Amino acid sequence: MTAPAINSIAQTEQGTSLWRDAWLRLRRNRLAVLGLTVLLLFIVIAAATPWIAPYDYAQQDLELGATPPSAAHWLGTDIFGRDLLTQIMFGGRISLAVGFIATAVALLIGVTWGAIAGYMGGRVDTVMMRLVDIIYALPFMIFIVLLMVVFGRNMLLLFLAIGAVEWLTMARIMRSQVQSLRQQEFVEAAISLGLPTATIIRRHLIPNALGPIIVYTTLTIPSVMLLEAFLSFLGLGVQPPETSWGLLISYGAESMEEYPWLLLFPGLALTLTLFSLNFLGDGLRDALDVRGAKD
Amino acid sequence: MWRFIVSRLLQAIPVLLVVITVTFFLIRMAPGGPFDSEKAVIPEVKAALEAQYRLNLTLFEQYTAYLGDLSHGDLGPSFKYPGRSVNELIAAGFPVTAELALYALLVALVIGGVAGVVASLKPNTAQDYIPMSVAMIGICMPSLLLGPILILVFGVYLDWLPVSGWGDSPGDKILPAITLGAAYAAYIARLSRAGMLEVMSQDYIRTARAKGLPEWQVVSRHALRGGMIPVVAFLGPAFAGLLSGSFVVETIFQIPGLGRFYVQAAFNRDYTMILGSTVFLATLIVVFNLLSDILAAWMNPRLRNQLRAQ
Repeated sequence: MTAPAINSIAQTEQGTSLWRDAWLRLRRNRLAVLGLTVLLLFIVIAAATPWIAPYDYAQQDLELGATPPSAAHWLGTDIFGRDLLTQIMFGGRISLAVGFIATAVALLIGVTWGAIAGYMGGRVDTVMMRLVDIIYALPFMIFIVLLMVVFGRNMLLLFLAIGAVEWLTMARIMRSQVQSLRQQEFVEAAISLGLPTATIIRRHLIPNALGPIIVYTTLTIPSVMLLEAFLSFLGLGVQPPETSWGLLISYGAESMEEYPWLLLFPGLALTLTLFSLNFLGDGLRDALDVRGAKD
Repeated sequence: MWRFIVSRLLQAIPVLLVVITVTFFLIRMAPGGPFDSEKAVIPEVKAALEAQYRLNLTLFEQYTAYLGDLSHGDLGPSFKYPGRSVNELIAAGFPVTAELALYALLVALVIGGVAGVVASLKPNTAQDYIPMSVAMIGICMPSLLLGPILILVFGVYLDWLPVSGWGDSPGDKILPAITLGAAYAAYIARLSRAGMLEVMSQDYIRTARAKGLPEWQVVSRHALRGGMIPVVAFLGPAFAGLLSGSFVVETIFQIPGLGRFYVQAAFNRDYTMILGSTVFLATLIVVFNLLSDILAAWMNPRLRNQLRAQ
């Protein structure tokens, strides 16, 4: 009984030092820290929007119309006299929510799928990964458009549809991690102790494969947000009265010649977020020393 | 090599079957029939459509009938445009989209490839950081934002280039090609930089240098071939992305291509058109993935010999 106990203690210590080490390295990467800061700021703003938004979301002022940025309306107003800053804040809630929730869906499916395939090996692995290969070859962007057409433009479906196509790479990464971990002694020890498979996967395999998963998750969020913007821009994603950055950009593009700020500010919000996430993802990849997490 | 190609071809068949089946049944699950929204359809067309889709046929029979039609390339009539077949609509729209995608790919390969190789020659210097920072902007700037901004700057403020149309006035293909290609140029820059860095540290490069070859020959004759393999492998997925990216770009620049038709069909609930173009685009994407895999395998001498030995 003592041997596994020692083993697990040693492992925990190594775990903390690895994370601390990664954190120290990440902190030295200025762009990644900047990305993390901007991201946290946006998340806090998005969470607090209902209380801190300067104007009512739906409040129109048709007499005012579209005005450039001013003291009363920091980012100007749209053609209905609605405050752009308020619109962007509420749009950000949806854009960020889609990014995080759809990624969480992808994470859940991908990690479970990859862990089971990698752990079971043999025929189960072959069948599961062949299925991933098949779905990988599908033109999934077209499928999402198709799904939105067939089932109407509903938010929950948007989360699920995007999550359902983004899990594939996650599954592949998880599988290769688990395959290499499987052969290590602490996993063999857990197996010989007679732990149930589910416990081994949950307690021993997933925590040890976290590095690449975290990196890839950080890089999945921006691509999911892009997908949402893409669909909303085409009119197939978020529908009014809800709004998102993609939708605001598409409205802005319609009247950009007269009112360029309606395009620029929502675009800036989206681009800044994508930048932050990509810098953070790249920084994490270097800090956690993960190779080939993207593509 | 042939064995590899044949096995890949065999893998493509189930993929296509899945696409056709899923799309077919998804469309059938859609609420509302195509005739509900139509006020007046030419009676003969309506009769023909009903004969093909409604009359006494079970869903499964409809499915097998559709597969039968597909086997000789018939995608059926359009619901929205009576009297026109989906084949005709695709034949009208696809050449435009293909041309756009081709130009975008050229933009991506030339700009991305050059930037990546240049950056890889002097890693961690300004020559590396500047192109790679620009690439980062390219990745983070979605086409739905880049397109309008390019229109605003080069079309409206500077008034250098036309802002819409395709082949109507000189230079109207430039902005769409850049808008569509920019993100891929950025990816290709990163891939070719990483690929070149990997190759430049290999033994055979040291050998080439030891032989006394000038550096530009080492790069152009020995390193490029290996360093570009990741880029070639990326071409298949990139092509798929370019096709779906054309949805947005064709909408922004009002280009009468397949992408715009597809989005319009989605809004009009032109189910046969959606089904037909999905099957068409999916086939195309599968074929391109196949080609890019084969090309990448052929460029990799180790893999090539392994395949030849089999």
